[in-house]
Amino acid sequence: MPISQSELDEVALSRAEYEAIVDRLGRDPNPLELGLFGSLWSEHCGYKHSKPLLRTLPGDSDRLLTTLGTENAGVLDIGDGMAIAMKIESHNHPSAIEPREGAATGVGGIVRDIFAMGARPIALLNSLRFGKPDSARNRYLLDGVVGGISFYGNCLGIPNIGGEVVFASCYDGNPLVNAMCVGLVEDGLIMSARAEEPGDLLLLVGSDTGRDGIHGASGLASRTFEEQTELRSAVQVGNPFLEKVLIEACMEVIQLDSVVGLQDCGAAGITSGAIEMAERSDMGLRLDVSVVPRREEGMTPYEVMLSESQERMLLAVKPGREHEVESVFRKWDLDATRIGEFVDGDSVVILDGDEVLSETQIKVLTDPPEYEFDPPKPAWIVNLQAADLDAIPIPNDSPSDLLLKMLSTPNIASKLPVFRQYDHQVQTNTVVGPGGDAAVMRLKGSKRGISLSTDGNGRLCYLDPYIGGQIAVAEACRNVSATGGLPVAITDCLNFGSPETLDGQYQLMQAVAGIKKACEAFDIPVISGNVSLYNEAPGGAIYPTPVIGALGLLDDVRKHASAGFAGDGDIVYLIGSASLKGDASTLAGSEYLDVILGKVEGQPSLDLDLEVKTQQACRDGIVAGVVRSAHDVSEGGVAVALAEAAILGERGVVVDVALGGRWDAALFGEAQSRIIVTVAADRTGELERTAVNAGAPLLRLGTTGGDRIVVGDLVDLSLSDVSERWMCGFQDATQNTPPTTS
Amino acid sequence: MTGPFVLCRLAGVDYFPKSINSRPVSHRPGVGYDFVMKFGILVFPGTWSDRDCGHALETLGQEIEYVWHADTDVDRFDALVVPGGFSYGDYLRAGAIARFSPVMESVSKFAVDGRGVIGICNGFQILCEAGLLPGALMRNDHLEFRCTWTDLRVENDRTMFSHTARSRDLLRVPISHGEGSYQADEDTISELEENERVVFRYSGPAGEVTPEWNPNGSVNNIAGIINKTGNVLGMMPHPERACDPLIGGEDGAAIFRAMFTEMSALG
Repeated sequence: MPISQSELDEVALSRAEYEAIVDRLGRDPNPLELGLFGSLWSEHCGYKHSKPLLRTLPGDSDRLLTTLGTENAGVLDIGDGMAIAMKIESHNHPSAIEPREGAATGVGGIVRDIFAMGARPIALLNSLRFGKPDSARNRYLLDGVVGGISFYGNCLGIPNIGGEVVFASCYDGNPLVNAMCVGLVEDGLIMSARAEEPGDLLLLVGSDTGRDGIHGASGLASRTFEEQTELRSAVQVGNPFLEKVLIEACMEVIQLDSVVGLQDCGAAGITSGAIEMAERSDMGLRLDVSVVPRREEGMTPYEVMLSESQERMLLAVKPGREHEVESVFRKWDLDATRIGEFVDGDSVVILDGDEVLSETQIKVLTDPPEYEFDPPKPAWIVNLQAADLDAIPIPNDSPSDLLLKMLSTPNIASKLPVFRQYDHQVQTNTVVGPGGDAAVMRLKGSKRGISLSTDGNGRLCYLDPYIGGQIAVAEACRNVSATGGLPVAITDCLNFGSPETLDGQYQLMQAVAGIKKACEAFDIPVISGNVSLYNEAPGGAIYPTPVIGALGLLDDVRKHASAGFAGDGDIVYLIGSASLKGDASTLAGSEYLDVILGKVEGQPSLDLDLEVKTQQACRDGIVAGVVRSAHDVSEGGVAVALAEAAILGERGVVVDVALGGRWDAALFGEAQSRIIVTVAADRTGELERTAVNAGAPLLRLGTTGGDRIVVGDLVDLSLSDVSERWMCGFQDATQNTPPTTS
Repeated sequence: MTGPFVLCRLAGVDYFPKSINSRPVSHRPGVGYDFVMKFGILVFPGTWSDRDCGHALETLGQEIEYVWHADTDVDRFDALVVPGGFSYGDYLRAGAIARFSPVMESVSKFAVDGRGVIGICNGFQILCEAGLLPGALMRNDHLEFRCTWTDLRVENDRTMFSHTARSRDLLRVPISHGEGSYQADEDTISELEENERVVFRYSGPAGEVTPEWNPNGSVNNIAGIINKTGNVLGMMPHPERACDPLIGGEDGAAIFRAMFTEMSALG
């Protein structure tokens, strides 16, 4: 009997894909096998639309200890016998349906990816995007997501040190929840997700297996929003306490030489975890579902294989030594169950006791068809880019009023109401916490430190995915450089709409090309990442939103900078530009153009050569001890960056440089590659030489001190007014005002 | 040991003589001898500030050892730390399950012996659940988790946890909790206040103890209390997070230091 469309929809496979399966197997798949294919051929596990693009990303570095896409996370050697594991991952679709559990289990999943590498998780970051906060639904999603991250992450004892919260209408009903985790490997004990020899045992440890999360990968992550609402049961439920003890038990058990491999049991559960492990090991696998501990009776083998129950890991263990592993897990009150063994050959055999349920070649399961595309540039993008920004009239409001308005928009206002709900200090390594450009962490027992940031800009990618992709990398690295860290690697989370539309294909392809180009300019690799497609709400696709997590290295962590002005009478400079003349083209895709003038248009631009030199000058100044504070110029332009540095440094600033051109573009334009720094008045010459040596332009803006923010004869505001608007803006927009829509 | 310094004497309990391992290492003018003591740091499933406390104490020159919750022998220690975290996931109620751990009976005996016990955050909650300290920690009044720096006003500088400071001094120490609102019945609160058992209160930067500076809704801005005999302290803020200027400050070290520094008779 031919397979029905509804059976195919259940596992999110196309008819052509089904026919390819029949062709490769030489027979019809049975229902269990159909479920396996649905999961392993999903975008989430199989990357069928993105793999050809991801292969183009630079993955080479002398420091790199893993190969992109082959392990749970990328690992980078940072010297002093230490290595850093990092990865970013999305949990967008589950969070759209059940924000609290969706976000919580997103944290849980990325943390498991990190300790699967043998790394102790030392930091979490989150990039969150929601529809405008004037809707009750978006506020519910915001509260749920932040509450879920807080509830789950705080319980784990991993500091949550940074990230973003961004609002734009395109994320209505399809929020983006991207979680990044960073881990530290000491003593060279990097784990791999593979077995060593045939005969090695496969152990399932941690939580029992339940009916939650079935079809998470194939169902949620591969469908658009309209189809999802009845899929609430496909969202997993997290138990952070179990995750915490699972971390400790795994960190203890990897010290045993009987444990040869460690793998997260995440999307598509045992199916994906176990089969990928066998594939990496170049071995076959025999797996018995009847011995998997279950939460409820009557679960079918299909449900056991596809369950996405959280807080489970898979271990490859030397035969005859499983008791060593079991005793460690027993100490932590956790189960460790032998569910299979690795064998010679290239097939996976799934058994239910003595009954063979499926015997399939692993390569057939794990090698989905790949889709290549080369779509034309959409006409609507051409039109948006061609908009004449010079023709936009300058508003009648005073520059001071506009600055106050900008500071209180929820995208720019302080995110303190969010990050104070996250424990950002546990582990006592947080040197610079959330709220500035990047976070800085010390590494105990070493002089070194690391700097971490996540960044994305959907609006710019919407206008030009190629330039926008470059800017996402540039800005994440700029944040890291503004603390004194040398960017050494990135991880990327590619949040896009459907790859089955020409627009979606164009955006994905161009953004990946932009990321590649920027990485080459910085000479850094992409060491891990995740792809989330089909982000489409009823209103259409989201902005294409690649989110970049950047890792920076500080040779001496004491030599770092933070965003706030550090002393009175310091001289304020702008690195990266020799003038502040306002040019309408810098308003392209800016927060100002969107929020104040209600337009999203223009042609974003970036000069990568200038970007690299600007960051170099800033880092050199910080490492030489000349630069006392540094703050990247981003959303809201120079005026907002100055105000933020003043607020964070609790002192005013007087800018006396001539502006010229359009004043609104001078104040709020978002030309890239600019960093505001301060130096002591007697060390200005050193900064000027540093800039010359790096080849970066430099402009003296003014002096810190006093209790007012003054920019020429345009802006004159008291620091306390500015502070209040910036500190209260987020809460006013998300809580204190009644929602205007449901 | 002579001169203006005496052994720490609280409600008739000698502190240092009971110590097994402690030995004086240095004399700090105006304060007294520092001792090297052996601190036992309890670890329950779900504890996470164990290593933070261990790192802070080791940096301060102390010896530490972690004590798994199933162990019951704590006799070898001079003082115990019940650290923060989410023991047993804080299921049921923060600290409610941990108090039944095998180690807790030994902690009670240890406390009755007059040796020092400091409970931090979840440790404070556990000590309350175990009856070693009165009252309870309820959910923050604003119902959110809160991680932020606070100013603690020292209310009693004659305890073995606070004598390195002076009354009305402010110590900058962060909090990080969802259930830190200290509550007790009126009689208990009056008893605590009358006997100066409130050691720290949340305050503003000028020492103002007002609702504005109360981060969680605790009665009378209470941040830390001691037991009747003065050798058990519970506090919600995390002193171990404030022992190094590189991560924001070192006022928290004063609290640990008080535990291994001889108390001045002039204090």
